[in-house]
Amino acid sequence: MIDILFWALAVVSVASGVAVFVVDSMARATYALAVSFIAVGIMLVMVGLEYIGIITILMMVMEMAIMAVYMVMFMGMNPALMPMDMTHNKRWSAVLAMGTFVLLAAGALLIPWPARVGAPAVDLVASLGEAIMGPKMLAMLTISPVLFATIIAGLVIVNPRGRYDRWGDDLKHRPPNDPLRGGLGQ
Amino acid sequence: MTLQAVLLVAAALFCVGLYGALSQKVIVMVMMGLELMLNGVILAAGAFWWFLAPAPDGQVLLLIVIAAMTVEMAMGFAVATLLHRSRGSDMTDSATDLSG
Amino acid sequence: MSEPIVQVSPAWAVLAPLALLLFALAGAGLNGALVARSVGRPGRSGASAPLAQVARLLRQRRQVTVAADVLLWRIGAGGLVVVAILKILVIPLGPWTLADLDVGVVWFNTMDVMIWALFWLIGWGANSAHSLVGGYRFLSLAVSYELPLMFALITPAVAARSLRVGDVVAAQHDLWFVIWMPVAFVIFCGSVIAFSSWGPFATAVGRDIAGGFLTDVSGVDRLLILTGRYAVLTAGAAFAVPLFLGGGGGALLPDWLWSIVKTALVLAAFVAIRHRVPTIRPDRFAEVAWIIVLPAALLQVLVVAIIVVGS
Repeated sequence: MIDILFWALAVVSVASGVAVFVVDSMARATYALAVSFIAVGIMLVMVGLEYIGIITILMMVMEMAIMAVYMVMFMGMNPALMPMDMTHNKRWSAVLAMGTFVLLAAGALLIPWPARVGAPAVDLVASLGEAIMGPKMLAMLTISPVLFATIIAGLVIVNPRGRYDRWGDDLKHRPPNDPLRGGLGQ
Repeated sequence: MTLQAVLLVAAALFCVGLYGALSQKVIVMVMMGLELMLNGVILAAGAFWWFLAPAPDGQVLLLIVIAAMTVEMAMGFAVATLLHRSRGSDMTDSATDLSG
Repeated sequence: MSEPIVQVSPAWAVLAPLALLLFALAGAGLNGALVARSVGRPGRSGASAPLAQVARLLRQRRQVTVAADVLLWRIGAGGLVVVAILKILVIPLGPWTLADLDVGVVWFNTMDVMIWALFWLIGWGANSAHSLVGGYRFLSLAVSYELPLMFALITPAVAARSLRVGDVVAAQHDLWFVIWMPVAFVIFCGSVIAFSSWGPFATAVGRDIAGGFLTDVSGVDRLLILTGRYAVLTAGAAFAVPLFLGGGGGALLPDWLWSIVKTALVLAAFVAIRHRVPTIRPDRFAEVAWIIVLPAALLQVLVVAIIVVGS
């Protein structure tokens, strides 16, 4: 039963992963990737990673909903109406990808994996929480400034208008001169 | 469901993603390829954790991979937006200013 | 009064969607009655309007727009009800629950993120301008409400020291969470109304864009979407009960009846609010959400965390 479910999910995840680069609709490509992530999320739940698996689904569906907006915004044309090839170097990409797969698959099958060490905790979610707040706290403490820096860097790169554009040359113009006024006038 | 089987699936996902990331021209599609590669990495890491050493610490590593994915996506979107604004296109081929 | 939460056999899962749909129908009936009252007709004539609507939509022929992405459109239309059913899997009815997941709170959160995708797909699938504008409007609202919602969901979990819904209910044995985390409760309720695209947050289906993502859906698809909106609203109301309102706890009545009564009251409040509050523009709301609501939610988590660690 578990095996059938696993192989079904495996087929779904890989097939929708392939579909991402095969279908000619931006929305379908994006949501095919979302389906691939949902299948992987369920597989993670099956190997005992309940929290991580469900978080993966949550994050990736959210990300793909936003990704679809970016796809439509940037690709600027509808390939469904205008068939075109947005790829380069197809053959070498395929060769490289196949080579990598053969290498990885050979490794997965031929390496004599060691026997399992230790047993999973009874409550895996609680043990993850304790690991984060205990021995692995430093890792999480490092991640948070990285994420914060990402937010700032992202905004700095993307924002086309500085404070002089918004508040005038002497920074005294209130409310700010925005194309779309916000709810608070800040 | 064995370690080998999960690793095979993860390798397939990784390589489909690799193909996409190498062959696509549009930045957003390259990002989709990268995401698919990380998808395989997460699955493989989860399988290693469960089948080899299911200690609680291992789950933290997966959280870090997921965090790396968010950073990758945020910076990818930011760069794509900037390129699109300054060049009117988001093809990787047109962003080669730094190539020698 | 409150008993520990136990998982019941999966066979009961058949009844859960039925109960959900009954609640959704009752919500639609109440809405119909309120609409009828507001135009001066007796409320009773409006209460039966949803049934007439169901009959009409079942017989209506499906219209298909030019070059519609039918696959994605149908997924969006059918998915809402499915998501609502998946949501109520983790919601206990009195002492019984279908699946007391270790990560029940995160499960609910994941399902409401699915709604982002579904509403956008409905808007995209029709291949029509108003419809797509509706889908985008929902996403722009979603980036405003989702983060506060996440922190509002986490707050009871912090107090209960567990993401399991059963533990959250058990932790409210002495004092309901709504009393000492009112900010989180209000944010949660607002977000439920927002992710159902309902009331003040219904701009994605607003009249100014000819019905938004509902513009071009007809027949069974429209029925599924309208039912799905009421169903996710109901699921949100039902989840407020174990999260903030003490689950099945209460005097005199049995636990399961208290769950139903509380859910009905919250749902009635959600439905009634539609007729009391003006529409909120998503573009203006973004600033309010990020400057006021999100810090308020964070402060609420901080206060709760300090109390929990101190006690």
